[in-house]
Amino acid sequence: MSSNNHELNKFPWKHVIGLALSLILTLIALWVVVSLSLPTVATLTIIVLLAVCQAFIQLLMFMHINENHGRGYRILAIAFGFYIAVVVVYGSLWIMWFTV
Amino acid sequence: METTNHTPIEYSTEEGSNKILGFWVFLGAEIVLFSALFSVYLVLHSHTAGGPTSKDLFEVKEFMIETFLLLISSFTCGLGTIELRRHNVKGLVAWLVVTLLLGLGFIGMELNEFITYVTVEHATLQTSAFLSGFFVLVGTHGAHVSFGIVWMICVIIQLLRRGVTPVTARKAFIIGLYWHFLDVVWIFIFTAVYLTGLVL
Repeated sequence: MSSNNHELNKFPWKHVIGLALSLILTLIALWVVVSLSLPTVATLTIIVLLAVCQAFIQLLMFMHINENHGRGYRILAIAFGFYIAVVVVYGSLWIMWFTV
Repeated sequence: METTNHTPIEYSTEEGSNKILGFWVFLGAEIVLFSALFSVYLVLHSHTAGGPTSKDLFEVKEFMIETFLLLISSFTCGLGTIELRRHNVKGLVAWLVVTLLLGLGFIGMELNEFITYVTVEHATLQTSAFLSGFFVLVGTHGAHVSFGIVWMICVIIQLLRRGVTPVTARKAFIIGLYWHFLDVVWIFIFTAVYLTGLVL
């Protein structure tokens, strides 16, 4: 996606923005938990969504997941990992909290 | 989408790009490993057996400092990858050393946290199912970070002795991927363990 020659000779804005966004999202998550007294489910949903956003920032801004050189296989491996993670974690919680 | 005419050095050999792809597959497997530990922790979170609960234990200041150390180290490690692609050994090693120091700071704080839990709060691995899940999940991440520190020292030594070659470049790129991945795992520990521990 990105032209490397071009990327190399300029200030690393992508990384600085990535860092700023991570710090801001972390502080928002803390603020939601400590200062806002939302219902528990709402709080948990918001912080999990913020964490997912942060994971995407790491993958896109720092880990170059979207570069050329075998992008499809790379995204497939990570997407499959995330899929299994969601099934295992959410599935376990759903089963254990299930009440008729 | 379009092919660039400039291939980064770590991808310049077929072996290099295959090993990097292999490492991504490994990271996919690591996500699955951690997902098992997360589900155990979350299912057992309320099983405190009369011992300390997450609200008793977690200190906002402590885990925020740990989080910031790791977030910033991920950033400095990313700057190292940029220097790698400029074939600048000095810049790369300098950023890796900064990353290493931030990682050591993180591990130091985490050890301090664990020691406080065990000695002051009497919250050990055996106290309750909640604490078993906690120490195993957070400890596995800490073990990964410790391993990453040793690994990064080895890569730095190789870079200093051999400079940026297709082989050392691939190694430096992969340790970077590993380090960023540990930051992703920590973000979920921060959210699912520490922040959730303040809510539930």
